[in-house]
Amino acid sequence: MHQLSAADLAQRLSSGEVTSVEATQASLDRIAAVDDRINAFLHVDAEGALAAAADVDARRAAGESLAALAGVPIAVKDVLTTIGQPTTCGSRMLEGWVPPYDSTVVAKLRAAGLPIVGKTNMDEFAMGSSTEHSAYGPTRNPWDTSRIPGGSGGGSAAAVAAQQVPLAIGTDTGGSIRQPGAMTGTVGVKPTYGGVSRYGLVAMASSLDQAGPVTRTVLDAALLHEVIAGHDPRDSTSIDAPVPAVVEAARRGDVAGLRIGVVRELHGSAEFGGGFQPGVRQRFDEVVELLTGAGADVVEVSCPSFVHGIAAYYLVMPSEVSSNLAKFDAMRYGLRVGPEGVPAPSAEQVMAASRDAGFGDEVKRRIILGTYALSSGYYDAYYGSAQKVRTLIARDFAAAFEDVDVLVSPTAPTTAWPLGEKLDDPLAMYLADVATIPANLAGVPGISVPAGLVDGLPVGIQFLAPALADDRLYNAGAALERLVGTTTLEEIA
Amino acid sequence: MSERSLVPFDTAIERYDPVLGLEVHVELNTATKMFCGCPTEFGADPNTQVCPVCLGLPGALPVVNAKAVEAAVRIGLALNCSIAERCRFARKNYFYPDMPKNFQTSQYDEPIAFDGFVDVEVEGTDGQPVTVRIEIERAHMEEDTGKSLHVGGSTGRIQGADHSLLDYNRAGIPLIEIVTKTIEVEPALAPLVARAYVAQLRELMVALDVSDARMDQGSLRADVNLSLKPTGSTTLGTRSETKNVNSFRSVERAVRYEVTRHAALLDAGERVVQETRHFHESDGTTSAGREKSDADDYRYFPEPDLAPVAPDPAWVEELRGTLPEAPELRRRRLQGEWGFSDLEMRDTLGAGALDLVAATIDAGVAPQSARKWWLGELARRANDTGTDLAALPITPAQVANVQALIDAGRINDKLARQVFDGVLAGEGTAEEVVAARGLEVVSDDGALGDAVDRAIEANPDVAQKIRDGKLQAAGALIGAVMKEMRGQADAGRVRELILERLG
Repeated sequence: MHQLSAADLAQRLSSGEVTSVEATQASLDRIAAVDDRINAFLHVDAEGALAAAADVDARRAAGESLAALAGVPIAVKDVLTTIGQPTTCGSRMLEGWVPPYDSTVVAKLRAAGLPIVGKTNMDEFAMGSSTEHSAYGPTRNPWDTSRIPGGSGGGSAAAVAAQQVPLAIGTDTGGSIRQPGAMTGTVGVKPTYGGVSRYGLVAMASSLDQAGPVTRTVLDAALLHEVIAGHDPRDSTSIDAPVPAVVEAARRGDVAGLRIGVVRELHGSAEFGGGFQPGVRQRFDEVVELLTGAGADVVEVSCPSFVHGIAAYYLVMPSEVSSNLAKFDAMRYGLRVGPEGVPAPSAEQVMAASRDAGFGDEVKRRIILGTYALSSGYYDAYYGSAQKVRTLIARDFAAAFEDVDVLVSPTAPTTAWPLGEKLDDPLAMYLADVATIPANLAGVPGISVPAGLVDGLPVGIQFLAPALADDRLYNAGAALERLVGTTTLEEIA
Repeated sequence: MSERSLVPFDTAIERYDPVLGLEVHVELNTATKMFCGCPTEFGADPNTQVCPVCLGLPGALPVVNAKAVEAAVRIGLALNCSIAERCRFARKNYFYPDMPKNFQTSQYDEPIAFDGFVDVEVEGTDGQPVTVRIEIERAHMEEDTGKSLHVGGSTGRIQGADHSLLDYNRAGIPLIEIVTKTIEVEPALAPLVARAYVAQLRELMVALDVSDARMDQGSLRADVNLSLKPTGSTTLGTRSETKNVNSFRSVERAVRYEVTRHAALLDAGERVVQETRHFHESDGTTSAGREKSDADDYRYFPEPDLAPVAPDPAWVEELRGTLPEAPELRRRRLQGEWGFSDLEMRDTLGAGALDLVAATIDAGVAPQSARKWWLGELARRANDTGTDLAALPITPAQVANVQALIDAGRINDKLARQVFDGVLAGEGTAEEVVAARGLEVVSDDGALGDAVDRAIEANPDVAQKIRDGKLQAAGALIGAVMKEMRGQADAGRVRELILERLG
């Protein structure tokens, strides 16, 4: 049963062929069987999930009309608050913290009747591209457990790829849904900024963060997208507009006549720094041919400011990080340690000691970077300039979307790399997000769709669309999925 | 620095010109907080008016309170400011335990209101009224912090405390910070101008009905910035910032004290330290707080969790139409209606009693009576306890009740003082105090008659004078009766009874 897509499972739940309790138990059994090799989960809530499942079963038996995905088990990245389950953000700082409130995304999942089986591993506070920066040990890629699953949402991606759950929620600040999707052969969507409420999403960078679906099929992603999207009065940055018709688009999956732009700057050519694995480039070229063959009108477009994306991102993001993470001060919740050898420490000393003990190196690196970038005298040169680059990138997108309906690129420059390979080289790690970052900076939506394997490892293709046109992603993604087939893991390696 | 080394104010201003700047924080009286739905009521048990948003829990997000924006726009308009067509919030980053997010959501380079003015009137050195225009640099929206209570130690401050208690009920209460441009006036008037400005802001906030504006409860707080420069110089000196001065009188005293302190330092060739200072109500002095420098770096940046605020110009104009009468026009109108002399009016304003007197008159009291109670009996009590009139625990309605009892002949002016004692002590309404303390005037002829008979018997000489037609001598007998009745006799009736017996 664990191999079923969410749509298929929902169909069987609806027909009465299986119960949600059975489906949820199957998910829990699969987690118990394989997660010691994957470490996708930081917390599993069997009791809560089964109770939610039983409730859905009872309501279904009573003839209530239920949401499309009611009864389908799901996992949630540990950066979204959940009543009754810890929310650690992969950090020692929040070890054991159980929030008193549900994030809006989680509240919507509960309202739609999806049992939440657990919370998934992630780079600490979503900072990283490999899930190695989790304080609770790295998550391993089910395709090759000696390799990383991508990050920061490696837990959600690996859990879905390893068929522990059919659905998961991720969050994407610079690629943390899409890049792990590419690494694990799963579908990952970053919706339009403001399309899904951030209320209860523990912020890394407020102006970039966005929660979205992690699934094995494009249709599943669309079904989940519909559950979690929509205006939320608790989030001032949430957009008050109808949710695009994503499910309909995912069912359509037709690129005939669709204008698709290949972004020159995201093609990995030597002209723009190279660094793309030849196999990934080759697979991308094949995909372009497949799309053309299916009737798409593929052209090359240029987005010249994209080359500054990483530089701008690594100023804006850490700036917001330095402020967003200030609240972790040991005064009200979370880790509290006293400085060593100080008998009666001051509040300030306790704050400093707790932050030193509670945060990992990557988090500290970004707090320091951001503090510097915002400081008086440097603000204009760093934060100010980065904001200007954001504007330029948004203009590049706007100009490109005058000519094409969607943009396409490889999701990531490489396939999954061996654990530890880039741990001591932050800049190499940051480059893993070169193709995904522009969407976050401009607030436009993106999807990563599996496109088969290179040397036994999954490759992802990314589509990008204008803000509020998320449906175009699902249409193009579903078309590609039909052309190449889903990338299904047979056995954890 | 010892008291002795201070330079007297009058001497100081012969050599130096004071330069003032005032920052006033106004706590809005919205039902809910600036960025969440928590209630704002004052005095609730600690940490009972909090939620994930105002506690800064991970993941929580702010949403702007539209009522607070409306109040901010109305305040801006009342201060003759321009209203921004679009403005953003900004984060002011610094660590402090009573600030849940370790940044304050405020406004930085895009205040909602800017470039305004208010005119205040003070008594000039020649006794004639002088009008001074105070230029307003900006009025911006922000959230309040929580409150720290430092336990142990001698100062009540965080340094040296054994431990601290934190109450986040106040965290997130909407504030408007009103900042003046530098104020340079005739040196001798500086303390009065500072006081009159804060008093006028308070009057304005009450008239706008946007704040309780209670300095004693901290819903209106003034920071007094002051520097001195040698007379006639154009180079500004180093300023001190005296924080949270909590009465009009204290504002005046703080300016006066800082002038004398700065002058002493400058005379001695010492440096004025740029620092925050704390004002001490007890002796009118200030003491050093935190040293500030221009290197203080709050790393302001636009708040990414909030959309910009863009007040619709048509709406702003609509709000302009709801503004109350301008204070100076209202003062002129009321003075005419009440028949107050210029001096009476100025005293009323100086005591911060205008609204109290107005409300008392509205409650049915004659203008002169209303003035008499607030500027006499009640002003004396406020002065004794070092508070502002408005902070006394008595309302205009209660004052009106006392006057009504006098008008009905049930108590007299002397007894009224005791009734005020009772009301101020929280013993209940005027009526209840009269009953509980047994203060009612005795006009019962039986009891009065007996007392009159005893007075006549005890004062045969006086009685004879009255019989001889010297009616003014009756006063001595009335006094004797009043004394026996411990002031509770109806004096008019006593006189009648005496004349009946001796007339």
